[in-house]
Amino acid sequence: MNGLLSLLIFLPVAGALLLLFFPREKAKAIMWVTTVVSGLEFVLSIPLWLEPSFRTSGDFFFRETVDWIPSLGAKYALGVDGIAALLILLTTLLTFISVYSSFTAITKREKEYYAFLLLLEAGMVGVFCALDFFLFYVFWEVMLVPMYFLIGVWGGPRKLYAAIKFFLYTLVGSVVMLLAIIALYFFNTTGLLWWRGLGNAPTFDIVHYHAIASQIPLDLQIWLFWAFFIGFAIKVPMFPFHTWLPDAHVEAPTAGSVILAGVLLKMGTYGFLRFSLPICPDASGTLWVQTSVVVLSIIGIVYGSMVAMVQPDMKKLVAYSSVAHLGFCMLGFFALNTAGLQGGILQSVNHGLSTGGLFLLVGIVYERRHTRMISDYGGLSSVMPIYASLFMVILLASIGLPVLNGFIGEFTILVGAFLANWRWAVWACLGIVLGAAYMLWLYQRVFFGEIKHDENRALEDVNLREILTLAPLIVLCLWIGVYPKPFFAMTAKSTEKIVAAVSAPRRATAEAAHAAAATAATVITVAPAAAAAPEAGK
Amino acid sequence: MSALPYLPTDLWAILPELFLTQAALGLLIFAAVTKRESEGLVARLSLLSLGVTLGLLFVSASMSGTLPREVFAGMLTLDRFGIFFKVLILLACAATILFSLRFVGRSPYPGGEYYGLILFSAVGMLFMVSGTHLVSIYIALETMALSQYVLAGYFKRESKSLEAAAKYFVLGAFSSGILLYGLSLVYGAAGTLSLAGVASAFASPVRPVFLVVGILLVACGLLFKVASAPFHVWAPDVYEGAPTPIAAFFAVGPKLAAYAIFARIFFVGFGPGSGDWTPILAASAALTMVVGNVGALLQSNVKRLLGYSSIGHAGYALLGLLAYKTDYGLWAILVYLVAYSLMTLGAFGLVILLESKGYAGESVDDFNGLARKNPLLAATMLVFLLSLTGIPPTAGFIGKYFLFSAAMKAGWFWLTFLAVLMSAVSLFYYFRIARAMYLVEGEGTLHWREEPAVSAAIAVCLAGTLAMGVLPQPFVRIAQTCLLR
Repeated sequence: MNGLLSLLIFLPVAGALLLLFFPREKAKAIMWVTTVVSGLEFVLSIPLWLEPSFRTSGDFFFRETVDWIPSLGAKYALGVDGIAALLILLTTLLTFISVYSSFTAITKREKEYYAFLLLLEAGMVGVFCALDFFLFYVFWEVMLVPMYFLIGVWGGPRKLYAAIKFFLYTLVGSVVMLLAIIALYFFNTTGLLWWRGLGNAPTFDIVHYHAIASQIPLDLQIWLFWAFFIGFAIKVPMFPFHTWLPDAHVEAPTAGSVILAGVLLKMGTYGFLRFSLPICPDASGTLWVQTSVVVLSIIGIVYGSMVAMVQPDMKKLVAYSSVAHLGFCMLGFFALNTAGLQGGILQSVNHGLSTGGLFLLVGIVYERRHTRMISDYGGLSSVMPIYASLFMVILLASIGLPVLNGFIGEFTILVGAFLANWRWAVWACLGIVLGAAYMLWLYQRVFFGEIKHDENRALEDVNLREILTLAPLIVLCLWIGVYPKPFFAMTAKSTEKIVAAVSAPRRATAEAAHAAAATAATVITVAPAAAAAPEAGK
Repeated sequence: MSALPYLPTDLWAILPELFLTQAALGLLIFAAVTKRESEGLVARLSLLSLGVTLGLLFVSASMSGTLPREVFAGMLTLDRFGIFFKVLILLACAATILFSLRFVGRSPYPGGEYYGLILFSAVGMLFMVSGTHLVSIYIALETMALSQYVLAGYFKRESKSLEAAAKYFVLGAFSSGILLYGLSLVYGAAGTLSLAGVASAFASPVRPVFLVVGILLVACGLLFKVASAPFHVWAPDVYEGAPTPIAAFFAVGPKLAAYAIFARIFFVGFGPGSGDWTPILAASAALTMVVGNVGALLQSNVKRLLGYSSIGHAGYALLGLLAYKTDYGLWAILVYLVAYSLMTLGAFGLVILLESKGYAGESVDDFNGLARKNPLLAATMLVFLLSLTGIPPTAGFIGKYFLFSAAMKAGWFWLTFLAVLMSAVSLFYYFRIARAMYLVEGEGTLHWREEPAVSAAIAVCLAGTLAMGVLPQPFVRIAQTCLLR
């Protein structure tokens, strides 16, 4: 299936261009064309799931390579491994659902809305496919523009502020990342500052950089790591870079929030998996670096949960819960063992499903009542029983109740964290408790008790279209909760590669040896446990 | 024959300049003897002569044999570097004329001299970029500048235009004086003013103090011409006050020429031997980026905003000069200047197309709701704004990528870091226009006119901006073959 990835990137672009030919007034036709395009996109991405190679090898498949800027060595290089394939599937599914869920929510400037949504999809798929740094950076930035407009045009009352804040934060992160890319590029060729270059031909090939990672001196790795960190941590977002997220989430339209939570944040975690860990393996394993990231993750978990608890606005509550959930993912990654990484990746997907679902659910009542304040609701379970039960399922998935997906992810992460350092796991458990508290309290205030507001008495229950948008998410939550093995299998081989890279023996330079001594405690204890760890999740 | 200090065949090398001078003179006389009705014809003939000059560039290059070729005893050199700039300059002049057709046509001022002055300043710029002797460079610079002082004040009953001209003239003359004084000190140290001579004179390890002062003064003069801090204060006022097409011209044409001589003087003349002048430029680059980008944050007038933004861009371009020791430095400047010309001309072109409040009155709020009223124009402006910010897939990103990597390569890490932060800052003010167009409800006061000439120029800029962003290879490759060596 050569060319599949290009097709996945350019089909939405073609769809967006097609929309330009529709007259503005034909909103219905525009909706359906977009639905068909995004549906087709999802169908076309299914071969990525069926491909057996991902389960037997951690290499990149579906590769395409065309020279793009030969003077620089930049190529149009695409390819996916199991991790990227899983995230692409999540992207195409959530985009399809977002389009379908926007039918009644978006009532102005539909043509531009759907065009931006499709362009956004193209950018997101491109980020996960790119195997060339230059190309990756292009997709990474391109995708900001449609998101800016989705928030800014169709957003809530403070949309102007939220849109530019989102854009500025991510742009600052990405330009710093660009510096890291340039530094790496010169290190690979002729050298930079006091670092002697490797003398290779100029290239932006990510696979090549994975291969030379062990030749990068530790001090350069640490600089690169922190530069990448700023780019990705803002996107994830990790504490203390998370402040754009609640604003963007609250002001974005429902579909925007779903995509923001479901996919955009995953680009940050993907960045850590694809670049930070494999390209700066020694830096990631350096104790002070690893500890700093883990501490920030734990702060994110605990602080995010505590702030979520006191939010009067449902969307804001879900937004802060995202900060906590993503903190779990990052904790898993920086446990630097198979269980932690596997759990972190699965939790990224879980978060997309359950938080995406929560945003859809909040959007459903928002469309009816035009308020998201928790205090404006109460007693909804008697007027909207189906809605209440759907909400319950997704909410429990988000809390991490066994039989649902969140449990598998969080449990595996905790195993990984425990193997790395049991104190980390203890702190993270606190986050789980807090998570259950704020979610259940939310549920209690919205659905139980007396109906306090008369407007709520006549609320319509969910209709068929709304059930259909939620159904795939619920099915997947159950599937992952009951039988996560195929999902772990998708990512197992790639994860092994990353773990092998970060736990490889350090080079014998004095500096590296010193660092190795410092990190021996974490890395060596992890190694024997790494093989057994995924079993714990299955 | 021997009475002449040059070979008659040297004339081939300046064939385009000779033709353009004659064409400008002819058009000036033609405009003087005919009435205003012939103004459109004069404009078209000016365009035609620019086109012919463009063609003659290649004729003269092929007649001159192998490049680079020194002519007129080293006063000028015909090389690919110069031709690269000449092509860009001629295109910028052509765009200015396209922008001006209606703008000048409906103004109360006769347009004949206007086009003549543009051509004269083009002649000056063409000589500037091929000059390899400090005297020929200086004379060409003055030829260019004198025409431009007049152009800035061409709308002589607009007080803003007069103000712009007066500021431009006084500060321009002052900076020329500084430049000239610097040149005299350099002459005192080197005993020659040809760049090659200067370079070899400076190869000796003994460097008198006044040489350092001379280089500093030359740098100050040139920094004025590219509108770099702390010599930038004229730029926003002049851009705001000058007729809009002339503001577009000032933002591109003279800057291209000034960067060309900046690169030539500092890479060739002061390059290897004359001690380290990079701290001066580094300080100026840092200051320029900060002043330009932070200053633009506070502007509500679109022309002033673009003026400050062009100051910021001048700061980025200095990064390329700082990287003179690597292959990347000059390459980056060339790539960047192509991108800069395309996007700046395009953005100014839209301001001309949308002019609403008469002379120099556009505020950012006038763009409100443009996306609803004219989606095509709004989308075009959006592309230019993205490009100016440096977001892919546009030319501006490619240009900035090259500059930043050149500066990194040369070890100017703190400066590159500042530059990327400043380009994030620039998003804020560029996207105020995008926000007005797309996000703000309500009606701005902008009206657009059907102006095929302006639209055509904008379309070319748009196509170039996107083409260079998506498929940069041809642009990058051409720039790579036009370096100074």
